[in-house]
Amino acid sequence: MRPTLPRLVNILVPVKRSIDYAVKIRVASDGKGVDTNVKHSMNPFDEIAVEEAIRLREKKSTKVDNITAISIGPAKAVDTIRTALAMGADSGIHITTPENAVVEPIAVANALKKIIDDKKFDLVIMGKQAIDDDSGSTGGMLAGLLGWSQGSFASKLEVEDGGKVHVTREIDGGLENIEAKLPMIVTTDLRLNEPRYASLPNIMKAKKKKIETFKPEDLGLDFTPRFETISVSEPPKRQGGGKVESVDELVSKMKEAGVI
Amino acid sequence: MSLRTIVPLRRLAARRMALDRRSMASAARPATGPVSFALDDDQRGIQELAQSFTRDKIVPAAAEYDRSMAYPWPILKEAHSLGLLNTHIPEAYGGPELGLLECALVSESLAYGCTGIQTAMEANGLAEAPLIVAASHETKMKYLGRMTEEPLMAAYCVTEPGAGSDVAGIKTKAEKKGDKWVLNGSKMCTNAGHANWFFVLAVTDPSAPPSKGMTGFVVDADTQGIVLGKKEINMGQRCSDTRQVTFQDVVVPEENVLGKPGEGFKIAMKAFDITRPLVAAAAVGLAQRALEEATKYAQERKTMGQPIINHQGVAFMLADMAIGAEAARGLVWRAAWAKDCGERNTFYASMAKAFASKTAVENSNLGVQVFGGAGFNTEMPMEKLYRDAKIYELCTQLYSIGLFVS
Repeated sequence: MRPTLPRLVNILVPVKRSIDYAVKIRVASDGKGVDTNVKHSMNPFDEIAVEEAIRLREKKSTKVDNITAISIGPAKAVDTIRTALAMGADSGIHITTPENAVVEPIAVANALKKIIDDKKFDLVIMGKQAIDDDSGSTGGMLAGLLGWSQGSFASKLEVEDGGKVHVTREIDGGLENIEAKLPMIVTTDLRLNEPRYASLPNIMKAKKKKIETFKPEDLGLDFTPRFETISVSEPPKRQGGGKVESVDELVSKMKEAGVI
Repeated sequence: MSLRTIVPLRRLAARRMALDRRSMASAARPATGPVSFALDDDQRGIQELAQSFTRDKIVPAAAEYDRSMAYPWPILKEAHSLGLLNTHIPEAYGGPELGLLECALVSESLAYGCTGIQTAMEANGLAEAPLIVAASHETKMKYLGRMTEEPLMAAYCVTEPGAGSDVAGIKTKAEKKGDKWVLNGSKMCTNAGHANWFFVLAVTDPSAPPSKGMTGFVVDADTQGIVLGKKEINMGQRCSDTRQVTFQDVVVPEENVLGKPGEGFKIAMKAFDITRPLVAAAAVGLAQRALEEATKYAQERKTMGQPIINHQGVAFMLADMAIGAEAARGLVWRAAWAKDCGERNTFYASMAKAFASKTAVENSNLGVQVFGGAGFNTEMPMEKLYRDAKIYELCTQLYSIGLFVS
């Protein structure tokens, strides 16, 4: 039997510049958003995605040709792409949007589809959700638009030479193992890996790597939001609890509160 | 970093007048090129790395290292693997050859987490600086090359139990015997207990004036005749290793002389131009930490029905702390920028060190005040900052000396 030719896999990793996970979020004074004048960094799930792409290349069980990091965001999003390059991605793409513009998941999915159609990627590894809006929908939308398989909430990923993919998914009941073939979308869950720090020498080497910049109009994309945010408010403050002396008292208090 | 003993000012003044007056610098000549307070891509990336590492690895471990006083090897090794140590070693010897401003960003970010741990890191830089300034290519390959290859530590041995600010008064002697030098004397230095090698300043010509009678040596720590004292227990920065090192007929080969015999004092002082702004940067890191911890506490703690930050007395303290931290950072950047431009930065470096150290002490003092009774308690982070801060007014340059030089 003739040996199958090694398949070179091109990986696209979308990365989002979002509010840093450690920041204490405050509602903005206009009540329609949160205060964004705070520290931003790469969405933690996207860090996991970048790390997984690099590990796939290091594992050598599949031949990774190129890892491209892409971000859709304002000028400062280029820092996020540079972090991905410093971690080990080979090149970057930046689709620039105005400062403070809202880019909805469907807009992101359409933009990614355009890039994938133009530049031919085989595997997209992306965060399952962004920690600022928690939409969790871009991965699924993209798979639908492209007609590709998807393995979401991945806690384990294996890509064989020849394009067969094994994904272990985290679901409510436990873990689910699926098998699919490239091209494919994989969205990352927390336990997939622990991302590396970009070392100082790699941070300095990253500036030699290329980042292509586009405006949405250049690609024929329309990012006009379809939703309008009416208001944003803090969750209700936790009310203090109380102590009860017996099970009967507990039951009667629960009935009082209308819980049972 | 050396613990300096306090010398009566008038005796010091007399000696200083007699020394070369170049340190009483007038305002620096203007350098060409735009001044910018914005960081470029590399600088932001480097600062981001140092800050993430600090938040994830140093901050959670700091209190335990303070209690146990154990040398923070695991953290040092990880920082080394990320390239956060030995930042001014030139590329030829495996280092990133960062400018002083980038080094200052790293020092401040790491010190924010724990100044005890950061001091161990900075002491490495202090030991390496004289070699970067004056060592031969072979010596640099041998002693700097190994620092970048493996996570090793080094120590700068200038201060003695009897001579701190009065460097000219050191007593450690080095005598030429055949083609070797023999060292005898005692030093007090940081990282001594874990160093792979020492930079040692010794008197080689007692008849010459101090600026011409001293020589700098690199000494391997496993050389026979080196006796380490006990680890000193200090007020703060307790995991940092400070101890007496005694040299008893320690034989050093000729090739381990830095520069030429007689240039030692000059080399030791030039090293400070590199490291003084960085020690100041670390003090800024502590000042910033004190400010942020106090602010966080003031937003949560309630008295008289509201968060204490709403009481002007407390708010004014926090404002003073913020002003101090920003101003100190500005001076550090000025001193670092001057050196990176190729200017002599002694003037600004002294000012930065003096002001930043005073700010660190003041901020930690005000911080304890904001915390109230809880500020005295070891469960809260502020008391450690208070204990850690004082050394900045004492090490590398006594506060009073800083005023003198400026």
